[in-house]
Amino acid sequence: MTLSIRNLATVALFAALLLLPLYVQATGDRFLLTLFTRIVILALAAVSLNLILGFGGMMSFGHAAYLGIGGYAVGMLAHEGIVSGLIQWPVALAASALFALVIGALSLRTRGVYFIMITLAFAQMAYYVIAGIARYGGDDGLTIYKRSQFGALNLSNKVVFYYVCLALLMATVYLVWRLVNSRFGMVIRGARSNETRMRAIGFPTYRYKLVCFVIAGTLGGLAGALLANHNEFISPATMYWTRSGDLIVMVVLGGMGSAAGPVFGAVALLVLEEVLSGITEYWQIILGPLLLLIVLFARGGIDGLLAAARWPQGKKAPA
Amino acid sequence: MTLFIEQCLNGLQFGLLLFLLAAGLTLVFGIMDLVNLAHGSLYMIGAYFAATFAAWTGSFVLGAILAFFATLLVGMAVEVIAMRRLYGRDHLDHVLGTFGLILFFDEAVRLIWGPDGMSLPLPSWLNTAATIAPGFSYSAYKLAIIAVTLAVAGGLYLLVMRTRIGMLIRAGASNREMVGALGVNIKLLYTLVFGLGAALAGLAGLMQAPILTVQIGMGENILILAFVITVIGGIGSIRGSFIAALFVGFVDTLGRSFFPDILRAVLSPAAAATLAPALSSMLIYLLMAIVLIVKPEGLFSAGGR
Repeated sequence: MTLSIRNLATVALFAALLLLPLYVQATGDRFLLTLFTRIVILALAAVSLNLILGFGGMMSFGHAAYLGIGGYAVGMLAHEGIVSGLIQWPVALAASALFALVIGALSLRTRGVYFIMITLAFAQMAYYVIAGIARYGGDDGLTIYKRSQFGALNLSNKVVFYYVCLALLMATVYLVWRLVNSRFGMVIRGARSNETRMRAIGFPTYRYKLVCFVIAGTLGGLAGALLANHNEFISPATMYWTRSGDLIVMVVLGGMGSAAGPVFGAVALLVLEEVLSGITEYWQIILGPLLLLIVLFARGGIDGLLAAARWPQGKKAPA
Repeated sequence: MTLFIEQCLNGLQFGLLLFLLAAGLTLVFGIMDLVNLAHGSLYMIGAYFAATFAAWTGSFVLGAILAFFATLLVGMAVEVIAMRRLYGRDHLDHVLGTFGLILFFDEAVRLIWGPDGMSLPLPSWLNTAATIAPGFSYSAYKLAIIAVTLAVAGGLYLLVMRTRIGMLIRAGASNREMVGALGVNIKLLYTLVFGLGAALAGLAGLMQAPILTVQIGMGENILILAFVITVIGGIGSIRGSFIAALFVGFVDTLGRSFFPDILRAVLSPAAAATLAPALSSMLIYLLMAIVLIVKPEGLFSAGGR
């Protein structure tokens, strides 16, 4: 087995992410660490979205809801004086899983464009409900005065927190990779290409897709719990529908064909945002048409480009 | 009782306004099979145009008419420049491409009109209360909105069901290759349909402008409601979106004004005050969930899609 450019790029990306704190230590650029902690957390959310979007063919436009639910689980418990991560995080995961179960059970009765609109509408419902709860800040959001407590593991240390996020991201990528290559994943991918046929050969595709939807939602909730700890603040804006759009952009930009693709997408989009906003205040006027061009001319995203890339002449991979 | 009638009229007005948005959305989806997230941006642009033109010309009506046609032109330009290239692509591509357009439009508006909102003042002859029955009066402007939207809905029905263009639109919806093969300029037809959808969205935006502030992102919340309506009414069905829009308009308006009172009767005042804002904003989504459980394809699905 030769090393393909695609695999090499993936290894290089994760190596760079692992070594980033050393670079930050050397240059003292604290902002870079904050930026990349955010990138790693949103990459985790994008990887979880790709499980249903890319592999399952379920075009969910409500994935930011889990960021909000996971984040608010941490925020609300902290507000009530419960700061142990061993309580906060399981609650965040369970709440996201439950929400995914309910909206998934309803939304998966439909497909295609209905599914897009319904997941969007339910996510907005969650947004309005949370924005309406005055006890937890309503529209203004909720400040979290203490990060989740994990005994000896001090999440307030930025480097430690970065590595926790990165470890969870790598675990998630591995989990998604194992999942899509398992029998379960085969059924999910089969249902994406031809659901009628999968049903005809005896798979209850609805149940498989629902389980897949709940797993993705739960992982999204994990990203939410991390994001709340990172910002030490959570507000309904976290789960606004444009955030769901951002996550879809990361997935498509990175490439839906591989488990690690969305990580490329998250890094590319957020670094691009950072660069463009340094050039002009009106950076979205550039980003918007750029997205349209990517849709029109670069299908398959970064992962697609890497997969198509070949080593120079004379190093042909054996069949 | 007066309050109830007033809220019913509010619901009717809001529902009809939502219909204008949902009709454009469902028309474009039914005929071009295109999911247009940027529909809300056209609503916003209609409102900004109206505020600008009204200030220039000094006349509300003239400003509104100019804004309607300007939005039509913007819609047709967007179709020619961007949308045309998205037909026949995956729905996910539509979502992403039009999401890019939203970012573009929001930022373009910020660049041209600045980050602060605008207001569109009503002329004095509309800014009064009309006495409908002895002892009961209602905003003349809202009555005007109801009249205009009903006229537009009727006109749309006549256009689609009774004219040659409408015949082509319906034919294009059921089999676009065949219509093209028969020598109809399908490209032009699509540009016109998209422009029409845009103009309807712009009309909704400019009529809502005097009631709310004209601001960036104003199209986004209402777009979600338009989605809910298309889902309930069945995608591609104009009749379905008309009924669903009225339904959503009533449920949302009446829910927001009377649901807190109902809650207060059942729960303690403190609990009701906490829960009411959250629960009343959930009502229409619950409605949507119920429709989905009963009829997953919507109430009046145009079939097949």
